[in-house]
Amino acid sequence: MTKPVAIVIGGGSTGAATAHDLALRGLKVILVERGEIASGTTGRCHCLLHSGGRYCVKDQEAGIECIEENIMLRKIMPDGLELNDGLFIAITDSDMDYKDKFIAGCEACHIPWEELTPQQALAIEPNLNPNLKAAIRVPDGVFEALRFCLSFLATAKKNGAEIHPYIEVLDLLSTGQGAIKGVHVQDRTSGRVYDIEGDIVISATGPWAGDIAAMAGASVPIQPTPGVMVSMNQRVVNLVVNRLNKAADGDIIVPQRQTSIIGTTSWPVDHADYIPVPEDHIQMMLEKGAELVPGIRQARMRGVFAVARPLIASAGQADGRELSRTFECFDHAKRDGVEGFVTITGGKATTARAMAEKTADVVCRKLGLDAPCRTRDTVLVSYREYYI
Amino acid sequence: MAWQVQFRVFRSSRGEVPAHFDPFTVEIKPDETVLDGIERIWAFQDRTLTFRHACHHASCGSCAMRVNGVEKLSCVTYIQDVTSDGGTLVVEPLRNFPIVSDLVVDVSPMFHRMHEVGMPIIRSAEPLGKPENFNCFENCIECGMCVSACPVMLTSNQYLGPAALAAAQRTIAEPRGVDVRSIWQLADDENSVWRCHTAFECGEVCPSNGDPAGAIMALRRRLILERIKSLFGRGILARQRGG
Repeated sequence: MTKPVAIVIGGGSTGAATAHDLALRGLKVILVERGEIASGTTGRCHCLLHSGGRYCVKDQEAGIECIEENIMLRKIMPDGLELNDGLFIAITDSDMDYKDKFIAGCEACHIPWEELTPQQALAIEPNLNPNLKAAIRVPDGVFEALRFCLSFLATAKKNGAEIHPYIEVLDLLSTGQGAIKGVHVQDRTSGRVYDIEGDIVISATGPWAGDIAAMAGASVPIQPTPGVMVSMNQRVVNLVVNRLNKAADGDIIVPQRQTSIIGTTSWPVDHADYIPVPEDHIQMMLEKGAELVPGIRQARMRGVFAVARPLIASAGQADGRELSRTFECFDHAKRDGVEGFVTITGGKATTARAMAEKTADVVCRKLGLDAPCRTRDTVLVSYREYYI
Repeated sequence: MAWQVQFRVFRSSRGEVPAHFDPFTVEIKPDETVLDGIERIWAFQDRTLTFRHACHHASCGSCAMRVNGVEKLSCVTYIQDVTSDGGTLVVEPLRNFPIVSDLVVDVSPMFHRMHEVGMPIIRSAEPLGKPENFNCFENCIECGMCVSACPVMLTSNQYLGPAALAAAQRTIAEPRGVDVRSIWQLADDENSVWRCHTAFECGEVCPSNGDPAGAIMALRRRLILERIKSLFGRGILARQRGG
């Protein structure tokens, strides 16, 4: 029996994890990505392995997803994560007022937490604001976005998936009877235009999901919502440092390798292709970052970047901070009457595996396959094997 | 104030078109980066341009390219540091890698070598305060800039190259449970540490302040010491010979 063919559009964390999941379930996977792997939203993300702490008060669905996946990723990607934990620190009275809500949120989401005295926190992180009033330690971590994707893709390749960067989808192929049967693509390295046919097409294109859906005459309620991040030339902390308050601009510093990344802001845009960085956001990051770690003023700015989060819009929620970080898999047969086409979007890199599991469940149900998810305990191979 | 800068970008499509340079005039601020300029060319002038990029903060290594003949991580290379208002930037792909198209190179030969050396990506961090079990990523971001800058790589595609040799030195110095015997063998070879001509170009371009040439020299010292020990039937080389 020939394997059913699944075409995955998008080589970010969601597409990579989806390719991995489907390959493990025995499908023939062909992934196409118009640029380099992780050259979109995932590549320019904050690299935070979420504990869920950032969402545990206002967005508990996302908080629970994050902690579950965080624990699972530690098992399946043991060599690809900086496991340093994170601190939520209170500096003002308003931060202190948030503390009990935060702890209750951690409890509700089953996020392990531990309260440190200011002295204990400063002993671990001497560069913290010395005026901190409280600190709560949670299991945050750090990944490196490109290698995060490559780990999933390397494993998918071992299981027979084909991964094709620099292949851009120009159009979706229609059967003429309301179904999608493949993709019309261009190889951007040669200019060659050709078709790839399959049994199902999965769009894992993050904030570009609307563009791909439109090719099928379908729609997804996606709101591209960029954030600015500023990376410094020194690693000023070992743990991730968050402001103990509801999510706001410039309330987190993520250390990675020899750098510290201050983030982030949030504003809606119409399209995700090119995001100019608003200059006042950079200054704000530096000021807000210095409230957490005053020593950040002694570091030099190394890079500035912005990219659109794919937030799922719902009516009456215009502010990006209010939109949930959870994900959603859209079966366009139900939504728009288009068979053979599924969109997975929203979510975080941290939850990519769970997004893939949900998508692959939908794909298998649509194709009539009985193949359980195996990504929860399949340890990924080294990202370097992507190239081997 | 935005500057006007002419980007002369290396173009090549698989096989068909002979390689050439395309000029693009870009309005760009002096404190923006070379990668900002290239992204803007792609977004607003020429959608066929292909280039590698991901993290935009010098951690993934994918946007490495040659800017005016020097290896740079384009995401952290500021316009004001490499040209002036009305100036020209020649942008080319890395050397010593197969070119896929435009600025995209095939980095798999380097990853084959890194995989052979087998250096873990994670190491224990140097704690800022009280020692705890923190870990962090290795400083090497596998960007390939040292491989591109190395004059010996230009003469021999058999050479293991600075990135992999620096990784070998890291692993031998701090094995973290890895069996280093095969790494000694890999290092002690005419296409390995003994091939380096000490041009030190690798360290000049390393974006992580790594010192691949210094690592190669350290490996040489270790190997010479081991060879002397082996004359007396001791050390790791003697044990290897003994079986």
